[in-house]
Amino acid sequence: MRAFTYSRADTVEDAVRALAGNPDARFVAGGTNLLDLMKADAMRPAHLVDISRLPLDRIEETEDGGLRLGALARNADTAWDERVRSRYPMLSKAILAGASAQLRNMATNGGNLLQRTRCYYFYDSGTPCNKREPGSGCGALTGVNRIHAILGASEHCIAVHPSDLCVALAALEATVRVTGPRGERTIPFAEFHRLPGDTPHIDTTLGADEIVTAIDLPARGFAEHSTYLKVRDRASYAFALVSVAAALEIEGGTIRAARLALGGVAHKPWRDTEAEAMLVGKPAEAASFAAAAQAVLRGAKGHAHNAFKIPLAERAIVRALSEAAGVQTP
Amino acid sequence: MIAKPSIPDVLREPGAQIGKPVSRVDGRLKVTGGAKYAAEFSAPGLAHGYIVSSTIARGRITRIDTSAALALPGVLHVFTHENRPSLAWFDRKWKDDDAPKGSPFRPLYDAEIIHSLQPVALVVAESFELARYAARLVQVEYEAAPHRTDLHAHRDDTFTPGKDKGGFQPPPKPRGDADRALAEAEVSVDLEFTQATEHHNPMEMHASTVIHHEDGTLAVYDKTQGAQNSHSWICNVFNLSKSDVRVLSPFVGGAFGSGLRPQHQLFMAVLAATQLKRSVRVELSRPQMFSFGHRPETIQRVALGARKDGTLTALIHEAVQESSQNENYVEIVVNWSGQQYKCDNVRLDYKLCRLDVHTPLDQRAPGAATGVPALEIAMDELAHKLGMDPVELRLKNYTDTDPNTGKPFSSKELRACFQQGAERFGWAKRNPKPRSMREGRQLIGWGMASGVWDAMQGQAVAKATLGVDGRLTVGSATADIGTGTYTVMTQIAADVLGLSVKDVTFHLGDSSLPMAPIEGGSWTVSSVGSAVKAACDRVRDRLVTAASKMKGGPLAGIGNQEVVFADGHLVAKADPSRRVSITDVMRASELLTIEEEARSVPYLLARSRHALGTHSAIFAEVRVDEGLGTVQVTRVVSAIAAGRIINPKTARSQIMGAVVWGIGMALEEETFTDHTLGRYMNHDIAEYHIPVNADVHDIDVIFVEEHDEVVNPLGAKGVGEIGIVGVPAAIANAIFHATGVRVCDLPITVDKILEGLRRNRGD
Repeated sequence: MRAFTYSRADTVEDAVRALAGNPDARFVAGGTNLLDLMKADAMRPAHLVDISRLPLDRIEETEDGGLRLGALARNADTAWDERVRSRYPMLSKAILAGASAQLRNMATNGGNLLQRTRCYYFYDSGTPCNKREPGSGCGALTGVNRIHAILGASEHCIAVHPSDLCVALAALEATVRVTGPRGERTIPFAEFHRLPGDTPHIDTTLGADEIVTAIDLPARGFAEHSTYLKVRDRASYAFALVSVAAALEIEGGTIRAARLALGGVAHKPWRDTEAEAMLVGKPAEAASFAAAAQAVLRGAKGHAHNAFKIPLAERAIVRALSEAAGVQTP
Repeated sequence: MIAKPSIPDVLREPGAQIGKPVSRVDGRLKVTGGAKYAAEFSAPGLAHGYIVSSTIARGRITRIDTSAALALPGVLHVFTHENRPSLAWFDRKWKDDDAPKGSPFRPLYDAEIIHSLQPVALVVAESFELARYAARLVQVEYEAAPHRTDLHAHRDDTFTPGKDKGGFQPPPKPRGDADRALAEAEVSVDLEFTQATEHHNPMEMHASTVIHHEDGTLAVYDKTQGAQNSHSWICNVFNLSKSDVRVLSPFVGGAFGSGLRPQHQLFMAVLAATQLKRSVRVELSRPQMFSFGHRPETIQRVALGARKDGTLTALIHEAVQESSQNENYVEIVVNWSGQQYKCDNVRLDYKLCRLDVHTPLDQRAPGAATGVPALEIAMDELAHKLGMDPVELRLKNYTDTDPNTGKPFSSKELRACFQQGAERFGWAKRNPKPRSMREGRQLIGWGMASGVWDAMQGQAVAKATLGVDGRLTVGSATADIGTGTYTVMTQIAADVLGLSVKDVTFHLGDSSLPMAPIEGGSWTVSSVGSAVKAACDRVRDRLVTAASKMKGGPLAGIGNQEVVFADGHLVAKADPSRRVSITDVMRASELLTIEEEARSVPYLLARSRHALGTHSAIFAEVRVDEGLGTVQVTRVVSAIAAGRIINPKTARSQIMGAVVWGIGMALEEETFTDHTLGRYMNHDIAEYHIPVNADVHDIDVIFVEEHDEVVNPLGAKGVGEIGIVGVPAAIANAIFHATGVRVCDLPITVDKILEGLRRNRGD
């Protein structure tokens, strides 16, 4: 671990000020990801601003009937919050599918949005990685890529975003509230994370001098017909090979609204609005789900070890939609 | 028919300790943090070392620039091949008790790189954090040479090893004509297997803390399975006087074979301590735990031929296994196949392929955990083709002699394992048809397999000291890697002298104790336990002699065989009212202590006339999600025949742990290599998957009664390895029974199951 300086922010304004003009400074809250990355030398901040004491840990009602999840509310507290469980069960399920109980007790919601990929090459400073060292190449492209992207990747990076929580947030059309030197703004969830393109070292559209203060959930929570399905190499404490957040509104057997987002397949939570649109007006049954699943995977591209994710993702989508709809399919 | 054991009378006495489920004598220390591990020892002025690892797989270091690291205040020194002191030159000086044929790896010896993650420098600093930071600043330039790490790409470039490692036997000569018999067989199977590279991943990472005393002597706290092995290695490599070095290893947080050879952190810590004349600790990081030995990747072929009634007529087992460029690591992979079943036409073949990797290293049931599952999956496929029950097929070809040698087994209760395991599992209710059990989307499958491991014994010495207070201290330089050595040795000693385990203290993990072999291969109870018994027997004899000489004493004139020991007393067998306490005997005889040392030597003649082994039958139930390919192992019954079980509690823990690992071997464990870089990539335990609690369901362990007078005076065979051997096969066979998909490429991950299902559907 390289030497770094440390300061503590007491207000959001303090925090933003501490970052201004200091490109090597980073916020630290739960520290469950950043500290590991610093030990692995994959991230090298010169200064850490501890934001863990900022008053951003509440979960509150919003005026439009939704919920505001404080950026510093812990993953565990969020998942077990009664309002989250009853109104956004898909989100609760997604959070509990991630990490371990110990990590969820420490990790914050804002930190979860900003966690870095688990690509082996990103973690191993003895290998090339454009995300860690821009211009050094992508080791995974020709190397071990079983856990890598099948959608939206580039020749510069095939890493995937590791979050479960974010997949559900994408499906729920959450909004990220951020504060910077120019004041507060909101970022639609779909625009928060980005695809790698030729700048894979940039994960999000959050400004280098901005802080996430909250995540707003809209009123619509799809509590009746939604689920989060995670397929992984062991029953717990493993990142998703493929995960699916699926949410439906069904009237008389017909789908009135649909949300579909995937994890473990792309550089960002992969929401597919076209596939969602295909589902609307269709009967809530296997054939509709299969058509949507095929549509999601239409542009998918496998590499040496991860091509299996394409049919697996199709199956997982069909399964998740079926579970959400409460119908039996394979 | 289960042989009735004839337990020596003394062991039947009340208070007898052998066979009791005694809780770990070191349990309290462990759960309260009182047990100290190698990296937890400290000394004033302790310096910390951190290792710099190679980023190339093969080539040479052309330049090392340590100036940036050395410029940091608090960095004491950076050791490299350029500034190392003079070290031993001959290969034999670098050999250790588990070294195979070849030239052992020498850390920091020269500029040559022979594998990725090879240690190339050691940074020593005032703190661990500083050393780790400074290690990042060491600039190493390489001239890379072409490397090869892909076994599949080089599987034809092999050689046949000789007797290249202790305990290794090359395959026996072919019997009959297996290839012809296979071609002519009424029913046959011919399968290719691959077993992934696996790393040991003990919870405790390898570490050595070297305490440098003012007089230049060293106390070395090392993570090892053999304190004396580490001791002699250090002394040889650094040309140190044996009396100036003491290696201690009181507690080891798991090893599974990774501590059988001294690892490079030990070298580094001793190097730094002797050069800087300070106490130094070097601990490996989790990724660096992938920088030394591993279970080697293996490609196998098993072909079986049989008559329609299930009689095996042909058995071919071939294996190609990786070793390093510098050593011939060998393990017994195929020989078991010639031993497990009666068959007239057998051909076994074992070859090595050199890759640019660190030398592989024994890992729990080395060879057997790779080879036996291949045989047992092939047997399952044969049973399926024959339309025969898998247990019945095994019984049909059962043998009480070892067909490889023609020698009878000293004991082999495998038949009882099949019977008791099947009964406990409910095997009789199995519908043999694959895909015959389903619950919703879950396909349920029942599979079974057998396992086998050797019952080895080495020489060992133990010393027993009985105090006038009736407390017994016993010592031998063996190890307890979490297996329960402290506990079972305490029991064996207490048993001989009729003491409570509370009155016995056992010492291990100290190179200054009487000689013990490295702790591996399931031979510790057999080797060291026999020595403990022998030493305590001598103490016992002296007590009896002293008691018989007590004029007017209750046992005056009594003969050795007329006394039993119970509750701290010597008691006349014929008349239990005639008794005298151990302390009274010693006081009367003016003995402050009785000290006896004994060496146990295997029953060489009897052993040479027998085959000796442990056996198991494993029954497993899996649930496979047909849509997603995920597998849950919902139930495992493991029936074990391993002679006398000294402690059913610690033994059961051993078997349960091995079953968990077997689940990992079957479904999860795999080290991925990037062949472009020649480097292991998933080198942490987030991405190298071992089973988590949620993967582990019901595990039921049965110890089948087995009596053996050949194996050793205790009749115990050891249970460290046998628990894992058949497990991967039982699970693979259960998956086949559930799904109709036969996967021979371990681990059986989601992708392989989905691909198999797709193939079977004919998509």
